[in-house]
Amino acid sequence: MTETMAGPGAPHIELRGISKSFGATAALVDVSMDLRAGEIHALVGENGAGKSTLVKILAGVHQPDGGTILLDGAPTLIHGPAQSRSLGIAVVHQEPRLFPDLTVAENVFIGHAPSGLLGSIDWRGMRRAAQGLFDELDVQFDVGAPVRGLSMADQQLIEIAKALSADAGALILDEPTASLSAHEVERLFAIVRRLRDRGVAILFVSHRLDEVFALCDRATVFRDGRHVVTANTSDLTTADLIRHMVGRTVSLFPKVENPIGEVLLEVSGLTRVGVFRDVGFSVRAGEILGLAGLVGAGRSEVARVLFGLDRRDGGEVRIGGKLVDFAAPSAAMSAGIAYLPEDRHQEGLVLDFTIAQNVTLPILPRLFPRLLVSAATERRVATEHTEQFNVRMTGVDQEVGALSGGNQQKVVLAKWLASGPRVLILDEPTRGIDIGAKVEVHRLISELAASGLAIILISSDLPEVLAMSDRIVVLHEGRVTAEIPRGQATQERVMFAATGNLAGDEGDVPVAATGESTRG
Amino acid sequence: MAELPVAPTMEARPARYRWLMAIGRQRELSLVAIMFVLGAGVSLIAPQFLSVENFSQVATLAAVIAVAAVGEAFVIITRGIDLSVEAIIGLVAYCVARTLELQVLDPIGAIAMGLAIGLLLGMVNGFIVTMLKVPAIVATLGTLSIFRGIDYVIAGPDQVPLAGLPEGFTDWARADVLGIPVFVLVTIVVVAVGMVLLRSTRFGRQVYAVGSNPEAAAILGIPARLVVFVAFSVCGLLSGLAGIMWVMQFGTINGTAATGATLAIVAAVVVGGVNTLGGSGTLAGAAIGALFLGFIANALILVGLSQFWLQAIYGLVILVAIAGDQVIRRSVQRANTRSGTR
Repeated sequence: MTETMAGPGAPHIELRGISKSFGATAALVDVSMDLRAGEIHALVGENGAGKSTLVKILAGVHQPDGGTILLDGAPTLIHGPAQSRSLGIAVVHQEPRLFPDLTVAENVFIGHAPSGLLGSIDWRGMRRAAQGLFDELDVQFDVGAPVRGLSMADQQLIEIAKALSADAGALILDEPTASLSAHEVERLFAIVRRLRDRGVAILFVSHRLDEVFALCDRATVFRDGRHVVTANTSDLTTADLIRHMVGRTVSLFPKVENPIGEVLLEVSGLTRVGVFRDVGFSVRAGEILGLAGLVGAGRSEVARVLFGLDRRDGGEVRIGGKLVDFAAPSAAMSAGIAYLPEDRHQEGLVLDFTIAQNVTLPILPRLFPRLLVSAATERRVATEHTEQFNVRMTGVDQEVGALSGGNQQKVVLAKWLASGPRVLILDEPTRGIDIGAKVEVHRLISELAASGLAIILISSDLPEVLAMSDRIVVLHEGRVTAEIPRGQATQERVMFAATGNLAGDEGDVPVAATGESTRG
Repeated sequence: MAELPVAPTMEARPARYRWLMAIGRQRELSLVAIMFVLGAGVSLIAPQFLSVENFSQVATLAAVIAVAAVGEAFVIITRGIDLSVEAIIGLVAYCVARTLELQVLDPIGAIAMGLAIGLLLGMVNGFIVTMLKVPAIVATLGTLSIFRGIDYVIAGPDQVPLAGLPEGFTDWARADVLGIPVFVLVTIVVVAVGMVLLRSTRFGRQVYAVGSNPEAAAILGIPARLVVFVAFSVCGLLSGLAGIMWVMQFGTINGTAATGATLAIVAAVVVGGVNTLGGSGTLAGAAIGALFLGFIANALILVGLSQFWLQAIYGLVILVAIAGDQVIRRSVQRANTRSGTR
């Protein structure tokens, strides 16, 4: 899968016995690992395994309580972010931290702009240098344009250019692919490989194990703040990694075969000008329909129209055979549609509320038709609905903000199920939650389908879509390019359609060729 | 405090966390406690502080601010702010006083008109914020100026003297029922109705949801714009009520009535524990905040400090309250994330 190890480079950064505690919580315990020049080194582990703490120590945000950091063999203390940068360590965060109103070039050179006469900023030199960096990365950019409005992927490339401009010897990528489409991931990988070949030491923190195998030379697994294993990725399998991460074997996606009932939701010719066009599909009771596609293909946008958050410009939506047209989410909810939005914090939960208050929020009018709210009823209903979900909580009176990501997601699910939907739209239901919770969410989704719900599953996690769905509809730039039944779905087929090849042309996909392109 | 060790054990952390949460939550009690301590100090220097007359006077004066503060709290909980409250109070006060002086309406009619004007002006604010999508702070800065400008145009250089008001109208500010000033009773009724509205109705839940997380509220099908509009309308209505009380309280009214009152009103809301970023806080807190500020003003006079200090002290109290909230919130968050990383 990966080529032979890029030269047995000497360790560029070596950690010896690093420990870090926050209060009584040990985030890192006696961790030792090394990062070599010219390698891409994966760091994996469940949420809370200590990955972020390690990244923050290297970035100078936290100082270790014990242990030594060696930089090219010399013991080094990293006092703060500025020093980390000056030591040639660059960190690219999952969410780029750029200044939206400054231009691309200004962002690249923020803090170390080339100066001209009398120390004033040499604007032309700065633009030329920025352009040079992007040429090196082999990407097209208007360096004079403001950053606002650029995609997440482009902003990450700017962060990488920023790292290059500082001549970084070590590049730390903290979950860089979480919000990228598959195509953007490929572009990023190509660039990261090029940097490796130039001798940069790269630490790649990721939840996506397929990416670890596709990109990285070695992988290190953390569990509960401890170093578990470091090995060449060629000597590991996905199952090995997962076993090391969770310390037990888990079946990734417990898909259950359900009897499939009558059509509950039928969409035809659905159009929203400039966003998607002529989208058609149907979902049956008990069925999980995967909605795949690259980021920006219009998956969430279709969901928003189905839920009444946006208006359609054309086409028909039928629920149980009846033509519907929603002007607002409340209308969609009373017709039996529930929508679990992509962003849990932004759109899913009211963090100031208790679990009980969150769960009953969508059903307040039905629960309390006479305006007055009763806390006792609320608690009872919330308890009923959270029971099946195994939420780790002290009780339904606990504030939802105090729960972990996976448990919050379960509360969001409980909330929507309380509204008694017939069609459930899940938008990235497992993003950013750890593997244990992920498996549990998958189990819940399967159970919900088994109970007769029609489920639309939107996910950027291709293995997840493939494993969970009974049928997969693939969108590309706002149009349906394929509808693939479970038995015939492969990553290659889905990706082929997602990159804009109509289902008809795929007859004899040169599998080797597509395989090549994902290898870059 | 013995239960606050430097290196907390697993048992102690939740205790500390709850302790912080309690302070964060029970702002009303903390304020009352501070008032007791301060009051004890002041009464040593100025014994007349502890008289029933003084207490009624403080409470009556605070009641006008408290009623407006309850309205302001509604708006702030939905993530807005209404800077125009003082202009609404002033305009309503002048209109009510002038109508009574000209004997166009009887007192009941004038009060109804005052409430209607307040409601209307609040709806204007709500319309500008929700339909024209102007940020609340800018929108109400504009209407602050507009409402006050209208007040100046109507009033000109004239003032309505105490003698111009119908006999007995201003007595309400000094009347009591079973020893409790009528103004205080009015405030209690306003707070009680408002609390029931916010705590025990669907609408109240929606108010907090919109303030805490507007995006989530939208996805839940909560009509956020309607909720914000209603909050501004309620604020206008209660400012109108405060304007009527202002007339009863002061009698002589000109075009500048209540100028600068917004500071005290917002201060009361913030001191009362309403989150300036929306989503949490209680109306009782806002009312007690107003009482707290009135109490400080009273104490200043009795201790012999100049009234001129008042403005600066209000500002200071706002800052201390917000900074204190931040400290508590951060500690609670830290306790949260730590117990969450297990």
